[in-house]
Amino acid sequence: MSPSTGTEPAAQVDTGELGFERGAHLLIKRALQGLRPGGRLAVRSLAPDFAVHLTGWCRAQGHRLELGDAAAGLAWITPGEAHAHRWQGAERAGEASAAQAGSVAEHASAAWGLAARGALVESGGPDFGFALADKPAIWADDIAHLYTQALGQQWNPDEAIDWGASFDLPDEVEDAVVQVMTYLIENENAALLLPARFLGQVHPHFREVTQLLAIQIADEARHVEVFTRRALLKRTRMGVSTVGGQASLKTLFDEHEFAVASFLLSVLGEGTFVSLLHFLQEHAPDPVTRQIARLTARDEARHVAFGMAHLEYQLGRDPALRSRLALAVESRHDALAQTSGLNEEVFDALVLLAAGGWTTAQIGAGFDKVQALKDDMAAGRRLRMKRLGFALDDATRLAALHTRNFM
Amino acid sequence: MTPATLVMGAVAYAPKVVTIWDGFKEHFVAHGLPFDYVLYSNYERQVQALFDGGIDVAWNSPLAWIRAERIGRARGQPVRAIAMRDTDCDLTSVIVVRSDSGIRSLADLRGKRVGVGAIDSPQATLIPLDHLRQQGLKPGSDFSVRRFDVLGGKHGDHIGGERDAAKALMAGELDAACMIDGNHLLFVNEGTLPAGRTRVLAQTAAFDHCNFTVTARASGAQIELLNKLLLSMSYADAAVRPLLDLEGLKAWKPGRTSGYALLERAVDAARFYDAQGAIVESEYRY
Repeated sequence: MSPSTGTEPAAQVDTGELGFERGAHLLIKRALQGLRPGGRLAVRSLAPDFAVHLTGWCRAQGHRLELGDAAAGLAWITPGEAHAHRWQGAERAGEASAAQAGSVAEHASAAWGLAARGALVESGGPDFGFALADKPAIWADDIAHLYTQALGQQWNPDEAIDWGASFDLPDEVEDAVVQVMTYLIENENAALLLPARFLGQVHPHFREVTQLLAIQIADEARHVEVFTRRALLKRTRMGVSTVGGQASLKTLFDEHEFAVASFLLSVLGEGTFVSLLHFLQEHAPDPVTRQIARLTARDEARHVAFGMAHLEYQLGRDPALRSRLALAVESRHDALAQTSGLNEEVFDALVLLAAGGWTTAQIGAGFDKVQALKDDMAAGRRLRMKRLGFALDDATRLAALHTRNFM
Repeated sequence: MTPATLVMGAVAYAPKVVTIWDGFKEHFVAHGLPFDYVLYSNYERQVQALFDGGIDVAWNSPLAWIRAERIGRARGQPVRAIAMRDTDCDLTSVIVVRSDSGIRSLADLRGKRVGVGAIDSPQATLIPLDHLRQQGLKPGSDFSVRRFDVLGGKHGDHIGGERDAAKALMAGELDAACMIDGNHLLFVNEGTLPAGRTRVLAQTAAFDHCNFTVTARASGAQIELLNKLLLSMSYADAAVRPLLDLEGLKAWKPGRTSGYALLERAVDAARFYDAQGAIVESEYRY
C-alpha cells in the first residue's frame, strides 16, 4: 500500500464512500491525532472526487500528500507542524471548578480574553481591555453560593404579586404611594446601571462575579417594573423627581473603584433601602405595596450580602482600603452638603403612608415611625461598618454622614 | 544616514490586504528591515511600477509574474521569484458538472455552455480553458464560454467570479463550471454547491500561484533580509500567526519558477500577453 518512496505507514484510515463533502475530514483528523511522531497515515476512500478534495484539504492544513493509485483511492499523508505550532505557547486559563484549589487566578491574563475558565487558550488572541482583572478587587468568599442563592430566589412579578387585590385608598394616600414608587424607581435605576457599568469591565475569568452582577442587574430591572406597575395601578402619572435626589445618585456614578462603589451602593445605600422596604412591608396602606416591598427587600438583602462579602475579602488583603472607604463617605457628604437631601415630597409621603390618615394623632404617629426608620437605617449602617472592621466611633460617625437621600 | 526603505507593491483585492501588510510591515521593521508597501487596484499597474521604479518588490499573482518575466526579459532587466506561500505550490483547477448531467467525458462538452471566472483568472479561466484546448476542444467554437467577470485586474484573487459560475451551474444556466480545486470543497461547505450534487469532470495538471517578484534594481542586501525574514516566520509565533492565517499559508517557501509552464502556455494560446509582456487581450478591462 506504500508509494515508491518512504517506509510503511504506521496507521491507516478507510473512509469508505464518505467524502469530504460529508465529513470525511473528521475521520482523517482523528487518525492523524493518533499518529506516532514522524509517522505517515495511509488513507483509502472510494468517495467521488476524494483525491481532489484531499489535495486541497492537505494543502490548507499544511500536510504533505502523496497520491497513490487513483482507482484504488489510495493516498498517504505526512502531517505538517502547523497544528502543533498553533498550540505551542497555549495556556490553561485556570481550572474550571472554583472548588478546585488555585482554579481562580489572582490575576486573569488579558491573553485569556473571553475564554471559558479552564479552557486551553491559543496565544496571540485579542486584548479586550478588562480593567477588573485582579481577584482581590472583585472576588468574595462563597461567591458561587451567593449566585446559586440569587438564582433560586428569582420571582415572576405576574405570579408573585396579587395585582388584582382589592383596596381603595384615600386619594392623598394613593398619591403618597405613587411618590414613594417614583422615588424608588429613580434609585433602582442607579442600582441597575452602576453594577452594569462595572460588569463590562470584569474579566470573565471571574465568572461567578459576572453571573452574580448580571442577576443583580436583572433583580433591579424587575424592581423598576414592579414599582412602575404599582405606581400606575390606580394613576396615570408618576410623582416628582428632584435635583437633590439625582445629585446624590450622581456621586455614586462618579465613583470608579469597584470596592468603593460597592461600599457606597450596596453596603450603605441598598442596606439602607432594606430598612426602607421593611418599613413599607410593615406600614404600606395596601396589600400590593406590602407584597412588593417584601419581595424586593429580600433581593436587596442579597445585594448587600455580596457587597459585604466582597469588601471583607478585599479588606483582608488590603487593609488600607478601609481609609479609602471612609474618605469616600466623607467626600460624598461634602459634595452633597449644599443639596437638600431626601426630597420633601418623599419624606412627607412616607409619613402619610405610616400615618394612614389625617388626624393629628395619626400624623404624629406616622412622623415618629419615620424617625424610627431613620434611626434603624443608621444603626444598620453602623453595624455593617463594624463588621467591616471600622472602629465603633468611626462607624457611628460615618453612618451619620451617609446621604440623606438613603441610596 | 537613514537606510532606504524597501517598498513592496500588493494588490488590494479585499480589505484584509491592509491588515495583512500593516502587520507584516510592523514585523519586518521590528526585525531591522526598513519596509513599506503600496497598494494597487490592479496587477497590471503594479507590474509597471516594478519596472518604473515605484516599487522594489511585487507580491505578484502568477499571471503578473508571467508578465513581469516577459517585460524583464524584453528590457534586459531579468526578474526573479524570491519566495512564495506553501499553499502556492502544486495547485490544480477542476471542471465541475452537475452529478445528474449526462456529461461523462470532456468530449461530451461539445456544444455545451462552460462557465469560467474573471477574464484574467489563471485558475478559473486561462488554465482550465487551455486544458480543454489541449484536449481538442476550442473555446467559443466547440463549446460556448460564459465569463463571470468580477474585479478585472485582480487576476482572479477575488473568487466572486468562480462562485458566480458555480451558482449559475446549479441554476441550470451552465453545463460546467471552472474553479480552483480547493474552491470546489469550499463552495460545497458554504452551501453554494449542494453536497453530492456536483462532480469533478476533469482536473488540470499542477501549477503554482503567487510569488514575491524582484528586479536586480532592488538592494541585494535588503532583498536577502526580506527573504530571510519571510522564511524564518513561524506558525508557532502568535504575533504573526493571524497574519499567516489571513494570507492563507502555514509557511513561506523559497520561490520557484518551475510551476508556471501551464499558465505560460495558456497565456500564449489565449493571446493574453505578447512575448514582451504587452497586453493583447482586447476585452480585458481593469
